[in-house]
Amino acid sequence: MLKMPPLDISVMDRRAEIVAALRNIVPGEGVIDSELERRAYDCDGLTAYRQLPLVVAAPQTTAQVVAVMRYCSQQGIKVVPRGAGTSLSGGALPLEDGVLLSMSRFNRILEIDIANRCAVVQPGVTNLGVTHAVQDQGFYYAPDPSSQIACSIGGNVAENSGGVHCLKYGLTTNNVLGVEIVTLDGEVTRLGGKHFDAGGYDLLGVIVGSEGMLGVVTEVTVRILPKPPGARALMIGFSSVEGAGDCVAAVIAAGIIPGGMEMMDRLAVEAAEAFIHAGYPLDCAALLIVELDGCETEVDHLVEAVETIAAAHGATSCRSSQSEAERLLFWAGRKAAFSSVGRISPDYLCMDGTIPRKRIGEVLRRVQQMEAEYGLRCANVFHAGDGNLHPLILYDANIPGQFEQAEAFGADILRLCVEVGGVLTGEHGVGVEKRDLMGTMFSDIDLEQQQRLKCAFDPDGLLNPGKVFPQLCRCAELGRVHVRGGQVRFPDLPRF
Amino acid sequence: MPVLTPADAADAQQMIAAAVAETRPLEIRAGASKQALGRSERPTDVLDVSRLRGVIDYEPSELVLTVHAATPMAEVQTLLDGHGQMLSFEPPDWRALLGAAKSATGTLGGVVACNLAGPRRVRAGAARDYLLGFAAINGRAEAWKAGGKVVKNVTGYDLCKLQAGAFGTLSLLTELTLKVMPKPETACTLVLTGLDDAAAIEALTTALNTPHEVSGAAHLPAAVAARASILRSAGIVGAATAIRLEGPPRSVAFRRDALATLFQALGPGAELGAVDTAAFWAEVGAVRPLLSPSRCIWRLCPPPASAPNLVTALKAQLPTAEIFYDWGGGLIWLATDGDDVDGGAGVIRSRLERSGGHATLIAAAADLRATTPVFDPLPPPLKALHARIKSGFDPLNLFNPGRMHQGL
Repeated sequence: MLKMPPLDISVMDRRAEIVAALRNIVPGEGVIDSELERRAYDCDGLTAYRQLPLVVAAPQTTAQVVAVMRYCSQQGIKVVPRGAGTSLSGGALPLEDGVLLSMSRFNRILEIDIANRCAVVQPGVTNLGVTHAVQDQGFYYAPDPSSQIACSIGGNVAENSGGVHCLKYGLTTNNVLGVEIVTLDGEVTRLGGKHFDAGGYDLLGVIVGSEGMLGVVTEVTVRILPKPPGARALMIGFSSVEGAGDCVAAVIAAGIIPGGMEMMDRLAVEAAEAFIHAGYPLDCAALLIVELDGCETEVDHLVEAVETIAAAHGATSCRSSQSEAERLLFWAGRKAAFSSVGRISPDYLCMDGTIPRKRIGEVLRRVQQMEAEYGLRCANVFHAGDGNLHPLILYDANIPGQFEQAEAFGADILRLCVEVGGVLTGEHGVGVEKRDLMGTMFSDIDLEQQQRLKCAFDPDGLLNPGKVFPQLCRCAELGRVHVRGGQVRFPDLPRF
Repeated sequence: MPVLTPADAADAQQMIAAAVAETRPLEIRAGASKQALGRSERPTDVLDVSRLRGVIDYEPSELVLTVHAATPMAEVQTLLDGHGQMLSFEPPDWRALLGAAKSATGTLGGVVACNLAGPRRVRAGAARDYLLGFAAINGRAEAWKAGGKVVKNVTGYDLCKLQAGAFGTLSLLTELTLKVMPKPETACTLVLTGLDDAAAIEALTTALNTPHEVSGAAHLPAAVAARASILRSAGIVGAATAIRLEGPPRSVAFRRDALATLFQALGPGAELGAVDTAAFWAEVGAVRPLLSPSRCIWRLCPPPASAPNLVTALKAQLPTAEIFYDWGGGLIWLATDGDDVDGGAGVIRSRLERSGGHATLIAAAADLRATTPVFDPLPPPLKALHARIKSGFDPLNLFNPGRMHQGL
């Protein structure tokens, strides 16, 4: 069972008073009080964990955010910011004694500035909404998480979201030029802008990926890119995962950075093909989809080069898209991989570790062994270009104990990722999901150092507490300078 | 001046522990190539970490390089070059710009600590965008780490961004992991000639807004272009607006032709081949065409398209200033006469406040860097936040105190 910070009963007792105070700040329907309506906010994309928020506030202006934050800070009330609620790690999991700050009404595109190749948007604008707003002028917003139709830019900033194109075009952090944030004390700070780099510390870079724990993002300036004139995809089958992995390494070693390079294992291919009929070969142990983009000359040249590499690495089949429709079809199966797996199993858990690419064969072999140990199946989808693995663990929540088994299986996979030199999360974030695994990757000192950054922004620990760190942070204690001799630190602090 | 020279990270940790015990500030130094960068306030004790050098792990097919922090840039570049790879943020060589001694060697740690980036910044980002992970020692003498050794990672706060560009004020970096990229097969530079600043930035904006993957976009007004040795030897006269293309030969040729057609109306232009292209952009990154011993050199980062208007306004107040543009206007290198009382800081910063962006005084005499803020002064709430962050890493203010901001 997931442990969250101890409840503040005094806050819960004052619920009616808090609702009234928030209504004074955010008029009309901006404060959601009824249990039925609050129920809609009780989880994010990590649906296994649910918690009714104390109250939901959905401000519409930065001034309202400032007032809400100032009020909560003065009253010692916790705040959990939420974008579109698509987080797969529970980053927006509400707190029973905390205000859920929904940023969904910040949904306007404020400015499109083609000359400076950027767009200024409110955080509730969807990821795809940015691309839609600039595509008429030949531009797009590069990071493309699979939830891009629904997920918000503010959430992307909080999670440093990736997508299938990030090996070549970077994560959110490489594509954001500026933000406006409101810290818990109600201070409005602008970091970055339409220019490159910052004057002081790179606080913009720190805000991106901070999982809503340092400040609430109220405006984002994103970098937009001219859309590549063309793209073609290759669909390459292999009789072994190792063969596919070697091919990926050889493509990179040849100096080619594909726009996207995805791998699916047999179970994922079967599920996707049964659903989408993309023409995936069913006789392969691993399927690669490699997309090359750029000008036509370059794309054709690179397609040939990858075909040659694939053949040299024992590909059992290789097709290149001959039309835009065919390219999209190749992708359709991959993009529907999660929902395809959802069709063959009542429930699934989506994991998100990164490994050094060269270890993929070994990691998948050990995952197979774990399947036998746990008696659960696992389909694997892999952003092969950057080593980001998404094992999908199939289970049935109606069978008692199976969810816990699936979670334990997932944790074992993530520990394995760290063991082979990788990390716990490549793009979904730590949230509550991987919080208690942080110790496998970081020492207490590492985690304390991270929490000291949190203290600089939020000394009272009221903004999104209970996420990312497996131990409550007490800033006064962390701030002291003292010599230690290997004793257990802060033995009196609760560990989740 | 006591100089501590730790043999390895553990040694450095002990020396820092001793400094903590005595509250004794330290200037962190390695190759001594950027000593003149930042405010001129310096502690008397030097922690010279230049022995923390050498490659720890390099996996070309993983695109990952791990080194001890003070590994010389030349060593890094030779190694990567041998495998057809590079640091794609194109770290510039600022030794001449900063008046470093002949013996000075740039190190990767220095490049990261100062978040350097060369002309390819406009397309590929800066050092901050390529630092994947690091090991460090904080101002409590604790060894700690953040990030990872894989190219995609969001586990925990992104402290790589904070360390890159902190000028050694938060922690001593001991080990760095960077993402490396394949080197382009070839490159060329299209040079448009005779354009005024406004027309040039417009042309660069047009080029950057095509899908032709422009990886360098600089404009040198006539007087500055005349001092760029590669342009001179290529027989290019007058203002030069340079556009770089990189990639497979057929692709580069195709995109060069496409851009040449696009800019036909602007005159015939010229072209630099692969060798001259490398030399030219190295000159641009090193700011060589502006160098002169008595000058202050400023680095301005405005919104790119606003650059020509900003320059017009600045020149009205600083008539002897000389400039050139990089990053499609997103970077203005500006040289002022050393006899300006504040090196032009007042004029430059008040103008930038209107246009957006920031300015850093990169090269100036020590006495000027003592009296004129090198980095933009921070508004009080932001300065307080910086102070809280600094104190979270270095509570006794031991590492490079005052190097970025007074009192920080």
